[in-house]
Amino acid sequence: MNELVFFINNVVVAGSVTGSIYAIGAVGVTLIFSIMRFAHFAHADMMTFGALMVLVLTTAFPEVGGAVGLPTAVVMLPLAMALTALLAVGIDKGFYKPLRAHGVKPIVMVIGSLGVALILQGLIRLFAGTRAQSLYIAERKEIFRLELPFESVTRPIIVTEPQVILFILTLAAVIGLHLFLNRTRTGKAMRAMSDNPDLARASGINTSRIVTITWIIAGGLAAVAGTLLSLDVAFKPDLSFFLLLPIFAAAIVGGVGHPYGAIAGGFVVGFAETLAVFNWAVLLRPLQQHFPDWLELPRNLAFVGTEYKIVVPFFILVAILVWRPTGIFKGKVI
Amino acid sequence: MNKPATAEQPSRFPLRELSLCLALAAAILAVYAIMGGAYSTRMLVEAACYAILALGLTIQWGYAGQFNAGVMGFVALGGVCAMTFSVPVNEAFWASELPFELGRVLLYALAAIVLVWGATRLDRLGVPKTLRTLIAVVLALLLYLVVISLLRGVTDEIESRVGFIGGLGLPTGVGWVVGGALAGGVGYFIGHICLGLRSDYLAIATLGIAEIIKAFLKNSDWLTRGTATVSPLPWPTPGPGELGFVMARSIYLVVTALIIAVIFFLLHRAYNAAWGRTIRAIRDNEISSAAMGKDVNRRRLQIFVLGCILMGIGGAALTSFNSIFDPQGYLPLNHTFLVLVMVILGGPGNNLGTIIGAVLVYLIWIMSEPLALYLMQLASSLGEGLGWVDPADMQSRALQARVLVIGLLITLVLRFAPKGLLPEKVKHHG
Amino acid sequence: MALLEARNVHGGYGGMNILNGVSMAIEADEVGVIVGPNGAGKSTMLKAIFGLLAVNQGEILLRGEPITNLSPDRLVHRGMGFVPQEKNIFPSLTVEENLEMGAYIHPQRFRPMLERVYDFFPPLKDKRRQPAGELSGGQRQMVAMGRALMVEPSLLLLDEPTAGLSPLYMNEIFARVQEINAAGVGILMVEQHAKQALAIADKGFVLAAGQNRFTDTGDNLLNDPEVAKSFLGG
Repeated sequence: MNELVFFINNVVVAGSVTGSIYAIGAVGVTLIFSIMRFAHFAHADMMTFGALMVLVLTTAFPEVGGAVGLPTAVVMLPLAMALTALLAVGIDKGFYKPLRAHGVKPIVMVIGSLGVALILQGLIRLFAGTRAQSLYIAERKEIFRLELPFESVTRPIIVTEPQVILFILTLAAVIGLHLFLNRTRTGKAMRAMSDNPDLARASGINTSRIVTITWIIAGGLAAVAGTLLSLDVAFKPDLSFFLLLPIFAAAIVGGVGHPYGAIAGGFVVGFAETLAVFNWAVLLRPLQQHFPDWLELPRNLAFVGTEYKIVVPFFILVAILVWRPTGIFKGKVI
Repeated sequence: MNKPATAEQPSRFPLRELSLCLALAAAILAVYAIMGGAYSTRMLVEAACYAILALGLTIQWGYAGQFNAGVMGFVALGGVCAMTFSVPVNEAFWASELPFELGRVLLYALAAIVLVWGATRLDRLGVPKTLRTLIAVVLALLLYLVVISLLRGVTDEIESRVGFIGGLGLPTGVGWVVGGALAGGVGYFIGHICLGLRSDYLAIATLGIAEIIKAFLKNSDWLTRGTATVSPLPWPTPGPGELGFVMARSIYLVVTALIIAVIFFLLHRAYNAAWGRTIRAIRDNEISSAAMGKDVNRRRLQIFVLGCILMGIGGAALTSFNSIFDPQGYLPLNHTFLVLVMVILGGPGNNLGTIIGAVLVYLIWIMSEPLALYLMQLASSLGEGLGWVDPADMQSRALQARVLVIGLLITLVLRFAPKGLLPEKVKHHG
Repeated sequence: MALLEARNVHGGYGGMNILNGVSMAIEADEVGVIVGPNGAGKSTMLKAIFGLLAVNQGEILLRGEPITNLSPDRLVHRGMGFVPQEKNIFPSLTVEENLEMGAYIHPQRFRPMLERVYDFFPPLKDKRRQPAGELSGGQRQMVAMGRALMVEPSLLLLDEPTAGLSPLYMNEIFARVQEINAAGVGILMVEQHAKQALAIADKGFVLAAGQNRFTDTGDNLLNDPEVAKSFLGG
């Protein structure tokens, strides 16, 4: 039964963690896609920027968390979200808006966002270096061990404090987004603009204000996703494209322009990744005695090695583009 | 409302082209004078290889409006072919039973593919479609696990006993041609999936495949020695050992220049022929061209594959010239974004502009390396005075500064000079 | 003073003129109908009034004030509503959300206007929670007109409101148009169903090749043998 606990720790918990992070990232990408109709390649670097802001603030005020009873990084998150949102709006004003004003094709916006991605990447690594750094500076990562009340189980289910925070924050973000999109006038206007931009304009909706709000939300969510990722493991400034692919895959799987789809897609991609790198031999080993003699179980029975993890979102992307390019929830943009 | 897209501008004296060429020549001469012949010729050969890559990208982006964000992957494919075909045969590998084992696994893989393909046809035997899909998926997963475990066994054996499978000891040119073909094949696969969809998806998919190709080459020690790198790689021309650096590199330069000339000539003819007109009509007016029928997607695929082939050849030539195959040396910055800057700065869709852009940008790129290092040193000495702790990795910071500059260049050119130094000489409509 | 007056309007897309001097005027309580053959510039005229394409000669006045080339959202603020022929709803929003977006610039008047629109189009009240994209063609047209009415416009522009609808729904829509007009909204609409539309029109404008061919009351145009022969199919 210990094997089952191993499975829960390595697939269920890890998959939910990765899935949440991808989901929050993908929501941002999908919102940008639905309002401005281009794939935002700088999103992963925006996430990294958000995490960097948390790191900087935590380094500057390492003791704040102790006073509140939360990790300092989490206390600093709202401020980092605001800063990242500000950056996102600034980038839009400085780089994307002039391109939009020229009426360029979406693909030119994509290239522009790649340029922005490189600028952010360069700046971040110039100042923060390329080393991984922990967001836990003055405190320790707490680890919860849940013992299961079965005799055959000796190992506990392990959940860390940042993972608990991550689940709570993800839930809060999803509910908050849901309420925003369905209950507020601005949220509805955002959905209207994603449905039919011309009619939105003809209804007197101020579309450039909607664009700004989209960037604020996308930037804030990017900061959340980047921080959660860094809390779970460490702040890694060089992920960029390795983060971008699963996030795009998630957004496309969920149907581009479809926020709930992006959340579902995030979990699909997250779980697919953890399932693919999981060593299935561990689960099969207890059953070894029931196998015929000629069937010898190899030591490593994972679908892909961790070094090939990026193949998984790519494979999902290719599969969805071949069979259902509109995504599982039928997105608006093909 | 559709004016013909091909109305040429009245022929005029190519003042702009000429002055750009002259300026470029002056810059090159200056580099020769300062840095010496061996260094400068090396730079020119590399610039020529980049020009081949840039031509590949300019026909995808400039002719057809397809954005390939994974040039690096196709470069690496060309590189690995150049390496595998030209490096001497590994006798230890071929003397063992390992080639046979490897062949057996590949045969199993083939059999597995046939089985899965068969399973997808089960519905013709009356199996319900959902059940068929379920059977096919489960079967594919199981067979994949079997084959991959067998393959892991064999490749581990190869790595521990003979290092890697070695090369084929064939002439370098064969590797270049195969490299182009392989890159074209991968391009066909990607293009086939993405070209009917939004152009963004092609960018995402190419970005992904490039990272995957790199991860594969880096981790497949049995095939490429991975991080241990393979060197030296033979040249198609006499090496520096026989003729000295300047002479040997000059001959290499002649070879690459010839390749460019051939590509340039063929592209020029194709561009002005019916084929090129159709391609541009598709780019400029996708919707009305779609009304012409399904031909559109085939044309788009053709041009994408053609671009990938050029990237494969250019990558092979570049890797052979560097004489070392190091999978970690393929970087998105150096092999994707640098090429992108060359194309958008030179003039997308203008072959001459692209070549000039390639040489010019590469020249600046190479010259900026010492400059970036110097600036970083200056910044850090200033930083020490201000109490900014200076991390030891100056080299990597200098690299980041260049990432920043390339990013800035891309955004600025797109905004202020979207047509490049030499705009495409086609009258656009609409 | 006329509610809407257009004087010798020229305009089109990308330097190519489709309108070559169109004039029209309607009063505050009138229904104006634009008819004419395909390509005559009927929809183009409507779009020119609503600021969706450049007018490069001539003048458009709303209650005597020039509105030539004002942007659509400014015109909405001045009391103009526009219902495009296609893509005239937000398909993934519910019916009520569609109407709310119509009242976007006057959120405080959303509730009272909502009741009025539901009075005009009772079927919408039952479907208020349903995504508009799931409705039938006729109901979608009601949503589209309802959305435009939410700003309490003094002038409503309708671009072929009955296109693609069954005759039953067509009569229903024309009846609603008359009701809306009776409630004090001036209406200018483009119609393919020229006979039925002219029957409810106070003023009719027959366009051909981007110019006025006939301008008269609806009844006079219907009874004019030349109009009947050339434009109403005999």
